[in-house]
Amino acid sequence: MASSHQASGIQTGRLAAADIADNFADLHPAYDAHEAAVAADRCYFCYDAPCMTACPTSIDIPQFIREIQAGHPSSAAKTILDQNILGGMCARVCPTETLCEEACVREAAEGKPVEIGRLQRYATDVVMDKDVHPYSRAASTGKKVAVVGAGPAGLSAAHRLAMLGHDVVVFDAKSKAGGLNEFGIAAYKSTENFAAREVNWLLKIGGITMDYGKKLGAELSLDGLQAEYDAVFLSIGLAGVNALRAEGEDLDGVRDAVDFIEDLRQADDLGALPVGRNVVVIGGGMTAVDAAVQSKLLGAENVTIAYRRGRDAMGASRFEQDLAASKGVKLMFNVMPKAIHGAGAASEIELEYTSVEEGRVRGTGETTRLSADQVYKAIGQSLVGQPEAVELEGGKIMVDATGRTSVANVWAGGDCASGGEDLTVTAVAEGRDAAMDIHASLMG
Amino acid sequence: MADLTTEFLGIKSPNPFWLASAPPTDKEYNVRRAFEAGWGGVVWKTLGSEGPPVVNVNGPRYGAIFGADRRLLGLNNIELITDRSLEINLEEITRVKKDYPDRAVIVSIMVPCEEQAWKDILPKVEATGADGIELNFGCPHGMAERGMGAAVGQVPEYIQMVTEWCKKYYSKPVIVKLTPNITDVRFPARAAKNGGGDAVSLINTINSIVSVDLDQMAPEPTVGGKGTHGGYCGPAVKPIAMNMVAEIARCPETHDLPISAIGGVTTWKDAAEFMALGAGNVQVCTAAMTYGFNVVKEMISGLSNWMDEKGYTSTQDFIGMAVPNVTDWQYLDLNFIAKAKINQEDCISCGRCFAACEDTSHQAIEMSADRVFTVKDDECVACNLCVNVCPIEGCITMEEVPAGQIDERTGKVVSDEYANWTTHPNNPSATAAE
Ligand SMILES: Cc1cc2nc3c(=O)[nH]c(=O)nc-3n(C[C@H](O)[C@H](O)[C@H](O)COP(=O)(O)OP(=O)(O)OC[C@H]3O[C@@H](n4cnc5c(N)ncnc54)[C@H](O)[C@@H]3O)c2cc1C
Ligand SMILES: Cc1cc2nc3c(=O)[nH]c(=O)nc-3n(C[C@H](O)[C@H](O)[C@H](O)COP(=O)(O)O)c2cc1C
Ligand code: SF4
Ligand code: SF4
Ligand code: SF4
Repeated sequence: MASSHQASGIQTGRLAAADIADNFADLHPAYDAHEAAVAADRCYFCYDAPCMTACPTSIDIPQFIREIQAGHPSSAAKTILDQNILGGMCARVCPTETLCEEACVREAAEGKPVEIGRLQRYATDVVMDKDVHPYSRAASTGKKVAVVGAGPAGLSAAHRLAMLGHDVVVFDAKSKAGGLNEFGIAAYKSTENFAAREVNWLLKIGGITMDYGKKLGAELSLDGLQAEYDAVFLSIGLAGVNALRAEGEDLDGVRDAVDFIEDLRQADDLGALPVGRNVVVIGGGMTAVDAAVQSKLLGAENVTIAYRRGRDAMGASRFEQDLAASKGVKLMFNVMPKAIHGAGAASEIELEYTSVEEGRVRGTGETTRLSADQVYKAIGQSLVGQPEAVELEGGKIMVDATGRTSVANVWAGGDCASGGEDLTVTAVAEGRDAAMDIHASLMG
Repeated sequence: MADLTTEFLGIKSPNPFWLASAPPTDKEYNVRRAFEAGWGGVVWKTLGSEGPPVVNVNGPRYGAIFGADRRLLGLNNIELITDRSLEINLEEITRVKKDYPDRAVIVSIMVPCEEQAWKDILPKVEATGADGIELNFGCPHGMAERGMGAAVGQVPEYIQMVTEWCKKYYSKPVIVKLTPNITDVRFPARAAKNGGGDAVSLINTINSIVSVDLDQMAPEPTVGGKGTHGGYCGPAVKPIAMNMVAEIARCPETHDLPISAIGGVTTWKDAAEFMALGAGNVQVCTAAMTYGFNVVKEMISGLSNWMDEKGYTSTQDFIGMAVPNVTDWQYLDLNFIAKAKINQEDCISCGRCFAACEDTSHQAIEMSADRVFTVKDDECVACNLCVNVCPIEGCITMEEVPAGQIDERTGKVVSDEYANWTTHPNNPSATAAE
């Protein structure tokens, strides 16, 4: 028998399988052809379109929407994929409310942008579902490029390099490709194993060898790669997790949110995943929201996000905040963890109220306690495992506009590199642009 | 609420909205439902001669073009006149007219171009008690190949001749329905008048191919792998119909000829526009075929609402009011100067006006780095294109440059005198103004 919301402690099977399936269904379900036609008709085909400027990969949005309007979504897909080879995933995970759709003139006009993300999904699904790969490789250049990290940045770079005729080997410490697409993105954004399907589709270009279980700093070294390859692209993301530095951090039930999400994304049976009755997530970004929402969807009774600054400072967009609220997650602002209490396992969290003065967070001395048998830490990821030789900037690998690091013939992009927001789409753009620069430099 | 009662050729109907001769008026069942919904009158689906009726195709007979959200904008059909027997139609007409004495019932007729054929059918139609007849000189397909419909409507002499026969063998009003598939609609209109016709109605459908099936490589609707041109109607044809109505209404020879306007009437406003251009009432087909008979309710409420707002108490108050303002291009005032003006409050920075003016008009709109769009008065020729492409209604307006001010484009002072092409110095055949 399924245990209910109220069962105390950390339990599996809080909800019936059917409820779990419902809860984790597609956040933005696919359009059917008529919905897509109606949505596409709303686009004004703007001149020098602001939505396009707002897209980190600069997809020609009016053009692809026009192709949907005119009834050839596969050309629309091509328009998208030309700029963004992971256009399918980006259609699902991009915070469009802060990117293209925020810039859409219909957002200004009536608060209802053209639903660019869903239209992008409609177009890319057509190509993915037919399982055709619309690109082919240029004649071989005889050049070899190593890509370290098979997340969006690495995959994007690899595809572009392979297409231009280079031979690419992609190394990853894990046993699967996709990076956070596979292990991090919320389950209701990437349903039906989309991340893996997309990787398989992308690899159809040919010329890309995947080499798993190879970790930079262990099995691989930058020197070794440089000796063997004409160029190296680093796209190792942010594999470290920031510590809480609060008393009781080592109690049972206190975990990194990204580990919980990784378990969830890899689980065959979500009902078998244990979740607490009272869950508190510390943090204010997308990871915090995803951990909180998915705990709720697994059947936790009370889920609270505790963030140390005000709502406006939150990394998660207003849309994400509202999504959390709509699922019954409570958002607490201006509180920071002081201690986690419990005998062996967490049972309560003590939060201190804060005030923010001149950008700095200060405790006010006033505290409050919440029941908490699970505490998820989502206070940011950090760079680990980068080669010593590369210079850092603000805790990330320092790169110039085209992704060159301080070391010759070594490029970097995605979350591990300086500049740009930590988003899937930004990683794709940086991977692509670095690939173009690698190509120019190898062929120059 | 304004009284919509309209008298057309002495035939009274509670409102000016009649159903045109077409499938909505094909039989008693439909017409009764139409009257219950509130239609002021019907023109019965065209009757043919006694004997075996025509047959229609058994495949698709309609095609369409669509706007956003599959809104039907234009309909095309390859249907013929009624495919039911004359006797049954006449019986039904008699019953319906008896039950609805306050509604207009007009009988549309198309028989061969021989006097005998008309002489035979007209007394039978007269006996139904219907209020008048409409001569179908318009049907562009099928019937024309048999020497009827548009084949007659395209030859003014035939129109006059048949109209004369009808006036001879029928005592009530005769309306001549015109085909738009001609070059100058005033010729058939004059012929109808010369033949003694009491009114004209227009337009019938326009020859058209609405779409091509690119797999079958055949026009649609496709019947057994082939298609044929059909008749086009619906919102898309309204501008063409309005021009034809206006041409007849302002022609000195036909300006007094009553007009029943047809073509794309979908809302009250379409009707008001036709009537302002001189139509005594309107007929509707496609709107009813698209949305059902209840569309007339909006036409009724909309027209009376507008009449109340304007203080019109009868449709007679505004019929033809726009006719004096329809003129030839050569009489338009060339001293009237305007400039486009973009209201920055309403502008959503889509840039469509810029693309349109920059690429296809007069390079008169400036775009700043932060997407502010402004009109350059020294380049703007007031063509109105930007107004038409702007997605925000009322965002761009045309502002008249008052007399006495400088037109920045020409550097000349705007004159308050009327001056047209006929006297313009660039006109080689200009007649010097007195
Ligand atoms: C929980 C969560 C939710 C998110 N939700 C969204 C969202 O909804 N929308 C959005 O746009 N972005 C979201 N993001 C951010 C987004 O996932 C990242 O910005 C993006 O994945 C970065 O891509 P990347 O290729 O740089 O790194 P990653 O995706 O992190 O990939 C890095 C790869 O490198 C491998 N690797 C790491 N270290 C080594 C090493 N030393 N040697 C070899 N391989 C190594 C990893 O195994 C991984 O495969 C989310 C992030 C998280 C954590
Ligand atoms: C399917 C169909 C059949 C028609 N049949 C006739 C007809 O038998 N006689 C006739 O005079 N007009 C016929 N018409 C023309 C209509 O009466 C009308 O003139 C035309 O459709 C334009 O009006 P609308 O735009 O409101 O449809 C037909 C139109 C359609 C769509
Ligand atoms: S801004 Fe909006 S309306 Fe304009 S092109 Fe982009 S999606 Fe279309
Ligand atoms: S009215 Fe014509 S010329 Fe003037 S700004 Fe608009 S599009 Fe350009
Ligand atoms: S078309 Fe209209 S809304 Fe768009 S930029 Fe021009 S004035 Fe502004």
